[in-house]
Amino acid sequence: MSSRLVTLRKAAALSVLWTSGRRVNRLNGVVTRSASSVANQKVCVVGAGPAGFYTAQHLLKACQDVQVDIYERLPVPFGLVRFGVAPDHPEVKNVISTFTQTARHSRCCYYGNVNVGKDVSVAELMEAYHAVVLSYGAEGNRSVGVPGEDLDGVYPAKDFVGWYNGLPSNSELNPGLDCETAVILGQGNVALDVARILLSPVDLLKKTDITQRSLDALAQSHVRRVLIVGRRGPLQIACTIKELREMVNLPDTKPEMVASEFEGVAEALKDVPRPRKRLTELMLKTALGPPLEKERLRRQAASRSWGLRFFRSPLEVLADPDHGRVAGVRLAVNRLEGTGDGSKAVPTGAVETVDCGLVITSIGYKSLPIDPVVPFDPRKAIVPNTLGRVKQAAGLYCSGWLKTGPIGVIATTMNNSFDTAHSVIEDINAGCLDVSSAKPGSTGIGPLLDKRGVKPVSFSDWEKINKEETRRGEAQGKPREKLLDVEEMLQMART
Amino acid sequence: MAFVTATRRLLHLTLRDSPLRTAAVASPRYTTLFSPGSTDAPGASLVTAARCVRRRDFTTCTQRLRSDNKVTVHFVNRDGEKITVKGSPGDSLLDLVINEDLDFDGFGACEGTLACSTCHLIFNEEVYEKLGPITDEEMDMLDLAYGLTDTSRLGCQICLTKALDGMEARVPESVADIRQSQDSSS
Repeated sequence: MSSRLVTLRKAAALSVLWTSGRRVNRLNGVVTRSASSVANQKVCVVGAGPAGFYTAQHLLKACQDVQVDIYERLPVPFGLVRFGVAPDHPEVKNVISTFTQTARHSRCCYYGNVNVGKDVSVAELMEAYHAVVLSYGAEGNRSVGVPGEDLDGVYPAKDFVGWYNGLPSNSELNPGLDCETAVILGQGNVALDVARILLSPVDLLKKTDITQRSLDALAQSHVRRVLIVGRRGPLQIACTIKELREMVNLPDTKPEMVASEFEGVAEALKDVPRPRKRLTELMLKTALGPPLEKERLRRQAASRSWGLRFFRSPLEVLADPDHGRVAGVRLAVNRLEGTGDGSKAVPTGAVETVDCGLVITSIGYKSLPIDPVVPFDPRKAIVPNTLGRVKQAAGLYCSGWLKTGPIGVIATTMNNSFDTAHSVIEDINAGCLDVSSAKPGSTGIGPLLDKRGVKPVSFSDWEKINKEETRRGEAQGKPREKLLDVEEMLQMART
Repeated sequence: MAFVTATRRLLHLTLRDSPLRTAAVASPRYTTLFSPGSTDAPGASLVTAARCVRRRDFTTCTQRLRSDNKVTVHFVNRDGEKITVKGSPGDSLLDLVINEDLDFDGFGACEGTLACSTCHLIFNEEVYEKLGPITDEEMDMLDLAYGLTDTSRLGCQICLTKALDGMEARVPESVADIRQSQDSSS
């Protein structure tokens, strides 16, 4: 009862803000001005995800004389807010209304369908703009590096997420879901998103913007049990409490934990900071606490289960000899050396095998270099920088995951992007960036793209795609049905 | 007080048939339907919900009451500057920031839906005690906030009441600001 009202309260808050564009605009802090004066300072942002939009937002707000152009490889904007955030987390996607206000700002321009590094080089952008901010994120997947990782039935979480979220390059993934047990390697929020999507009742998912294709596949799924495996212990788990609580509360599922993995955990809790403490307490309660009657009955009736497995590192993905598909995972049993965040997993020598027909590897994303002129640290998989200023490359900046590595929630990216924008403004004001000579900005890039046969997608073009997706979604009782094909997006943009 | 209670009950009743209810049922946010991990008193979120929802009805039918009952709030921004504004009972602190066009960078990114921690505010202990119960979901989000304190709350979850008149709410520094100031001092 009380929880339903929480939902109600959220919906009420939503309805107020959705109905008032003015409020959203003010919230954003970006006030649209008339385009009477031409901005003299040209900055471009590479990548239209949250990092790109938050960087642009802060630049536009902090400097009245700056024009910000955002280049995006795909025709559609918003990056991981569209392709990463789970479909059953629509509240997180509310940030899109602020991004939309930024994109519509008179001194901001969106150029979708432009692949920087291929259609136009970073050097060309630096020629045309006073400053270039790279915020193209982390599209690579860290591999586990064990034999069998390439078997049929093993998928990087990034691809699996891309599949259910309609990322064009993953739309044909068609993961095999005809097994009972799935193993997810990694215990971060992406791992928990994947577990939740695999186990959610389809009736709940069908009201989200999950692609119809993946919804149909999930409706046929035989997966009933998901194990989420981590190499260290409960006190080192990488997910945040919201995602864990969602698992605990997921309808028609019950937790399946191993009590012995929590030995000594309660005792170690008194000195840890509140977030870690609350997260661990929820795990302890779920794993060890005797459930109340209502919860006991709920668990009894559940047809699916999920479990966290600690102190296990993958050694090999095992194949079914007849079909060459995944049949299991061999895991090394670890013990911890040291305590807290800095502790290390050390193999005890013991090995165990878990039977499963699906393996999702979720040990992190990583950024990839897009242009040889940009310094890149292959070990950390980031662009080396100081407060967003790319080292040894004046006029070049970075923000978001490319700057910090693939960590944190959207507020983390917001702060780190504001931070980079602040560095750009500081450099303009301090004269470190030479803005005295005029730069052509997009008028210098347009002819290059034209010559190379690249036709950018404008923000109003995107709004046509958006309208069509919303229309298709409405027909099915969903907030949106995403277009899965770049060609189709381009066609829609040009109608 | 009796009037307030009666109004609350009445509004709760009208709410049952209001379009808001439909919105809630249609909302894809289902994950809080059942909360075995909850440590709250069962009525806690109900009270907060009733308080927040009240605002909608006051806006439409009790304009006079609203203007007579303004609540003064002193915000302290990231530069330590004090900004004094007035809001209506039932408005959340996030509403107030938006309505008054207060310039707190990035504040309220998820638009008051408990999906981020960007409307994090810090109160003194005395005020904090008066803010009412806190749900697990709010605590979960607060746990991700920069500069979390024992008297932190999310602005979207605090609804103004006359009892809060004259309160002070401090916008915490972001981690970036802290790091920058350290950077320049070194």
